[in-house]
Amino acid sequence: MSYDFSSGIELVKLCDEEGIKISEAMIRREEEIGDLTRDKIIAEMRLSLRVMRESVKKGLTEKVQSVSRLTGGEAMNLYRYGDLDPFSGAETCHAAAAAMAVVEVNAAMGRLVAAPTAGASGILPGVLLENAKTRGWDDDMLIDGLFCAGAIGMLFARNATISGAEGGCQAETGVGAAMAAAALVELSGGEPMQVLDAAAIAIKNIEGLVCDPVAGLVECPCIKRNAMGAANALISADMALCGITSLIPFDEVVTSMYSVGREIRPEYRETAKGGLAATPTGKLIAAGIKRMNGRRED
Amino acid sequence: MENFSVFDIIGPRMTGPSSSHTAGAVRLGYIARRITGAEISYVKFTLYGSFAETGRGHGTDKALIAGIMGCQPDDPRISSAYKYAREYGIGVDFVYSDEPVDHPNTVRIEVEDVNERKTSIVGRSVGGGNILITEINGMSVEVTGDYPTLIIQHRDMPGVISDVSRVLAQLGVNIAYMKVFRHGRRDADAYMCIESDNPVTPDMQDIIRRLCPAVHDLMVI
Repeated sequence: MSYDFSSGIELVKLCDEEGIKISEAMIRREEEIGDLTRDKIIAEMRLSLRVMRESVKKGLTEKVQSVSRLTGGEAMNLYRYGDLDPFSGAETCHAAAAAMAVVEVNAAMGRLVAAPTAGASGILPGVLLENAKTRGWDDDMLIDGLFCAGAIGMLFARNATISGAEGGCQAETGVGAAMAAAALVELSGGEPMQVLDAAAIAIKNIEGLVCDPVAGLVECPCIKRNAMGAANALISADMALCGITSLIPFDEVVTSMYSVGREIRPEYRETAKGGLAATPTGKLIAAGIKRMNGRRED
Repeated sequence: MENFSVFDIIGPRMTGPSSSHTAGAVRLGYIARRITGAEISYVKFTLYGSFAETGRGHGTDKALIAGIMGCQPDDPRISSAYKYAREYGIGVDFVYSDEPVDHPNTVRIEVEDVNERKTSIVGRSVGGGNILITEINGMSVEVTGDYPTLIIQHRDMPGVISDVSRVLAQLGVNIAYMKVFRHGRRDADAYMCIESDNPVTPDMQDIIRRLCPAVHDLMVI
């Protein structure tokens, strides 16, 4: 019996046959392919959960500012505004703010956990930790959620890409949202197939999204796209949990995301040569960043 | 197809903002420290390509210094690396070059240690925090830093490679990757770059020197 699944359909079959959840399948796979024992694998994820929690807290409570001085402090504002009857609802607004917080901390050279990358690192912790507060999920549950998210991310890495340079922003904040949606569905008692549906829906919502970072920095539009990714994850999870399915199966959505990614011109794949980076304002900011080279740091 | 661990997807735990421009830069500095092998007094970093264009905005400069000070990519001290360098009395200079290079994220690290010995290292950050050292003191190499690495300069003649690998086998050192190079003339020295699963201790290095007379020089990273 091998747990080294390589597609969504294999994963669901494995879960059905063994009567296990996706998170459990991913833990068993890790035992099989790696050198770590089950206890070590879970302990390692617990460490990452701790760093995730610290990064959200730092971004929501301290006045962070990015190295470029372009961003920081907005997540905190959005979080407070979330208590004032926001259009998106308090939970969504708070999750979006928490997601932004992590990426603001990232830009300020703080510590975080890539999920699946640094530029998309806010969505998964933002969505999970904010919902944990209102739903009473404990750390053991959250760790399961992370393994479930990891299974979905692994399938994208294996059968498509999780690199903005290769597949655009859909491969980063898109996959981050798919991972978060998947975790929410499993933690809410959804079936493995519903987990895949949620992930597929999240990617379909943003398929083709380009990576056009201003001045090549992981700030604009990355930080706000993590907020949007959180909202995408929440809506996609709700759709799957109420029984809405993805007309195109998960595995086919993965390959279509990859083929779209390969078609995206290099200007729109992290090179900072197109899109927002190529706007007059974007270019002005890039020139300012280059001028920082001449200044000494104190 | 690559077999990803769950910790490749949820992870690494790192200091932001960029795995290539920050985490990779820390590792480049760290490897330069290990290659130098002595206490460092001064470092000059020359940044090329995207490192030169956006390095300051990504904190590449701080990351390189932190690496030179011995930090790993998730060290919280990276953002105050200049301060730490001052406290430890290490001089640092940066040159932002627009000279064309093969790889966009390239840096040349010129180190001076307390014995006034100079070491020059060229490396690149190849994505996801992974790195490649391509040059040490003018010698072309390929070192990833993922494994303990042994670099051997030796006479270019038949049997040296098998001699070295036999000695390593007897010492219980398993070779993970191995590359052999020659620079220019056939009668000049050749090089071996050996990445192993277990480290090659100083005792083992002496044994290699003793048992392989064609080995002229040997360096462990």
